[in-house]
Amino acid sequence: MKLFRTLMAAATALAVTAFVAPAFAADDPGPAAYAQALKGKRVMLVPLAMGFDLAQGWAHYLKKEVEAWGGTFETRDPNWVVDAGAQAITDAIASDTRPDVLIIHAPDLNSYSKLMKKAQAAGTYVLLVDNPANFPADAFVGSDWDKLGQLEAEAAIKGCGENSSKKIGLVQGDQANSSSLYQYAGIMKVLDKHPDFQVVAKPDSNWDATTSRNVTTTMLQQHPDICSIIDFWDGDATGASAAIRDAKLDGKVFLVTTGGGEKAADCDKLVDGTYGAVVMTDLARQSGDMNAIIKFLLQSGQPAGTSHTYIYTLEKATTKADLKPDSCWDLKALQAEAAAK
Amino acid sequence: MNAIGWPDWRRLNQEGIVFAIAVVLFIAAAICLPGFFAADNLVAIVRSVSVLGILALGMALVIIGRGIDLSAVAIMAMSVAWYLQLLNAGTPDGLAFAYVLAGVLAIGLLNGFLVAYADVPAIFVTLATGSFVFGYVRSQLITQDAVPVPQGHWVELLGGLRFLDIPIEVFVFAALAFLVFLFLRFTKWGRFIYFAGDNPVAARNIGIPVRPMLVLRYVLSAVVALVAGLLTAASLHSINTRVVNSTLLYDIVLVAVIGGIGLSGGRGGVRNVLVGAALIGILLNAMTIIDIPLLYQNLIKAAILLGAIIVDGIINPRDEQTAQQGDI
Repeated sequence: MKLFRTLMAAATALAVTAFVAPAFAADDPGPAAYAQALKGKRVMLVPLAMGFDLAQGWAHYLKKEVEAWGGTFETRDPNWVVDAGAQAITDAIASDTRPDVLIIHAPDLNSYSKLMKKAQAAGTYVLLVDNPANFPADAFVGSDWDKLGQLEAEAAIKGCGENSSKKIGLVQGDQANSSSLYQYAGIMKVLDKHPDFQVVAKPDSNWDATTSRNVTTTMLQQHPDICSIIDFWDGDATGASAAIRDAKLDGKVFLVTTGGGEKAADCDKLVDGTYGAVVMTDLARQSGDMNAIIKFLLQSGQPAGTSHTYIYTLEKATTKADLKPDSCWDLKALQAEAAAK
Repeated sequence: MNAIGWPDWRRLNQEGIVFAIAVVLFIAAAICLPGFFAADNLVAIVRSVSVLGILALGMALVIIGRGIDLSAVAIMAMSVAWYLQLLNAGTPDGLAFAYVLAGVLAIGLLNGFLVAYADVPAIFVTLATGSFVFGYVRSQLITQDAVPVPQGHWVELLGGLRFLDIPIEVFVFAALAFLVFLFLRFTKWGRFIYFAGDNPVAARNIGIPVRPMLVLRYVLSAVVALVAGLLTAASLHSINTRVVNSTLLYDIVLVAVIGGIGLSGGRGGVRNVLVGAALIGILLNAMTIIDIPLLYQNLIKAAILLGAIIVDGIINPRDEQTAQQGDI
């Protein structure tokens, strides 16, 4: 009986604490303010296209967070067509459901500048992701392409080694996209400090794998002793790698590229030796940065277009030697997760 | 052109002009550019235009019959992307290929039917089916722009095939060129294409089955596109559907038109495609060796296309008697 009474007392005490505890939490003004500022807010992502790893990764992580705080997340798919992207942004600004935050993946330095200004004037915060543009957005989240180019050049120099031909070939993207222009500038900065290394050719791939293959084939024929090639995007570096394979120079030419750190696109190809080094963007962290700045802007109360923040993602050149199980993220797994819901 | 089919050098036609430019460029490049005249580089030139040339052969068949196929690149990329997607999802190879071949034939038939029997201008039909093929496959059948070839699959092995150190694409291009040549020159339906392209109404009046032949040409063009797509995937170990947005389609028309296949139909042959492909191949290779930036490369290429079209307009003037509304 005594035991029973003790147990009852203990249970009552537990129950009382259980009821009292939430009362403490309710005193924290944070969650309420947070919920009030964010609830029902609209976030829209307009990437270059929805069909590639970066955009799908961003969309996955953004959607998860935005929906968790009670907002609406939408994407538009311009499918690499600049006009279609402009149309999507125009429609979004004009619609009744104007997004509160517009995340734009700019195709070049200038195309969307006027539209982004319009969006800010309408009260929408504008975030630029990945590609910088000539526009003071509320925030830029993405790579410092200059730094990224420097990392690529350093990886290429290391991949070549001291006793090599010291000849490096570049496969640029194009002459309009900021990621290509700044990447080139960064590479040249490093190579200027290593005058013994020279760039023997620097054709453009126009981000197309077949073109990358053709120009790399020519480059390797003109300079069979090239020790490293830097291709400006993993989306077309498959072409450069095909040219190296065809020239039977596998293992002799150190191929450096950059990408979103997706498993099939980057890590698997480091493992099988297709790429020597990949400067990878930590996509989950980059998406986390976007989520944080979105939450900040929506709570700040400041009008759109009043502050300009740059949040550069930490980049690192990864080689086969320093691959870890978590070096890459797996698009297939994310898609399976989304499909399971 | 005389009986054997060699160009008549007393009358310079467009093919002759382009051929001369190609030869001059070739000699200039061979002298001025170190490494241009190496055997490897010559093979690389032919290889770099093989897929383009194959697609241009299909386009040539259609254009000679007074049509155009703007869906070629979409069919090429999307059929192979779907095929690879099916394989990656574990569909048996034979079944996957049967699906894709059926899809490609269906689009070719649809193109042909709409042009031949519904009398819709080819340019609109193929523009629409091209967009449809891209949109449907991209949104419903595949999840990514780029679809990889499964490891160890025959498409991957095909890309590594070499005879005498020459990639397989070159042989496929040569074989297809020869087949199309035989078809156009020695088969009844091949000869009829010229009549139908030159004057469809007259061809029909003398009893040529103009409409079924039209359908056949679009089907052939679609199948040729599938072959080109398989070769692209073989070489790159993946296919990227972004190519549908690229200038490839215009390059195909460029190769055909620059070689002297008149857009008004009824003129040209395989040789024109080869001449056009040779010029483009030499031009691109030389510009890459000189390291001319892409913007200028496009400018030079576009200037040459414009020149070729103007020359074409002067040499092959529009025939007011047989021209009809909706021609391209």
